[in-house]
Amino acid sequence: MRSLFRLLVKNYPFLLFLFLEVISVVFIVNYNSFQRSRYLNTSNAISASLYSSYSSVVQYFGLKKVNKHLMEENALLRNRIDQYESSLLDSVRLETSSDSTFRYIPARVVNNSVNRQQNYITLNRGRKHGVKPDQGIISSTGIVGIVTSVSESYSMGLSVLNPRWSISAKLKKNGYYGSLIWNGKSYKNAELGDIPFHVDVAVGDTIVTSGYSSVFPEGILVGKVESFTQPPGENYYVINVELSTDFKSVTWVEVIDGIKSDELEKLKQATFNGEDGI
Amino acid sequence: MGFKYFVMFIVLLAVQVLFLNQIQFSGYINPFIYVLFIMLLPVNIPKYALMLLAFAMGISVDVFSNSLGVHSAASVFIAYLRPGIIRVITNREEDMNEYPGLAQTGWRWFLGYAILMVLLHHLALFYLEVFTFANFLNTLYRVILSSVFSFFVIVLSQFIIFRD
Repeated sequence: MRSLFRLLVKNYPFLLFLFLEVISVVFIVNYNSFQRSRYLNTSNAISASLYSSYSSVVQYFGLKKVNKHLMEENALLRNRIDQYESSLLDSVRLETSSDSTFRYIPARVVNNSVNRQQNYITLNRGRKHGVKPDQGIISSTGIVGIVTSVSESYSMGLSVLNPRWSISAKLKKNGYYGSLIWNGKSYKNAELGDIPFHVDVAVGDTIVTSGYSSVFPEGILVGKVESFTQPPGENYYVINVELSTDFKSVTWVEVIDGIKSDELEKLKQATFNGEDGI
Repeated sequence: MGFKYFVMFIVLLAVQVLFLNQIQFSGYINPFIYVLFIMLLPVNIPKYALMLLAFAMGISVDVFSNSLGVHSAASVFIAYLRPGIIRVITNREEDMNEYPGLAQTGWRWFLGYAILMVLLHHLALFYLEVFTFANFLNTLYRVILSSVFSFFVIVLSQFIIFRD
């Protein structure tokens, strides 16, 4: 017993080394539970407010690009208004209950990365602004990510450049849908899978969100097909998608509050559990 | 004495998370200057203190970059190997200076020290980050690219700050 004790004392650096490495690996492996805890990530008050004041200085350097994006978005929205107005003129209005399923919360990106294997995004809007976990994040140019962790006035989420989640996306022209996941290589591309061989795919086809999950509404721009291959021995294309959002320069985003998403989730749960009473 | 290292801890952490983590050219390169903190601790520091300080540095960088556990594991790894590395690259006849900075140890010693520490740190860091040996070469490419940049930043910093 005594010699064992002496051995332990003699080798204490190695034991301490093992102990600290085990703690670290436990952190790495259990990322989900820790990402959702509010303190050990960038949504905590200290790091988020530091990043917030930092980015409020740095964002001036990107103003030119931001202005250009906003002008483009303005033009797009104005075109859309024109279309709606012209179609309203020669149509009869049908009275329906208002169907605003989604509410948009504007937010500023205070921290973001593109060069890690798991990239996260921190926003300056939190619980008191109505942000909750599992809400989608979009920008004027397309989808950006999903909120995972919320503090009082900041929130943090996975960006599209994070292989720990996938997005339900579809080909705009024929509606075939698959799951989009980042392959960890370039911040400009992601991979769309689960599209069977018989579907007509062409380079340049637009990819949008499918709307099958309550996170994103239907038709939010994801990107376009850059190239696609038919891996031998499989039934599905591997489609290389050029993402429409420039993750290096994303500054202003909107968080999507799916007002009816709770209801939808409850319905799904009930159906999966066979509690729908049928 | 301890105050100097406390300031160094804060300065290197701030430079790391506010400056180096934000420049992201080519999607591959991210220099990690905070390794310098583990490198510059006095040579005769007790091993437990070295590892605990490295862990504190790593976990602080982790909290700021949402990578909990990755940086702390890599930091503790090189802190554990540091005494061995110093022993390997030091001649037996040489009198080892207590402070392993460039000004105290000279070019040849410091460059070898920096290359070994940075490379080992980045190897541990990048493979823990992807947590797989698939895409082995792609990860190795990222290790080498980032190591080169970290190495330059660390050597450069020896001329700008921490000269005493």
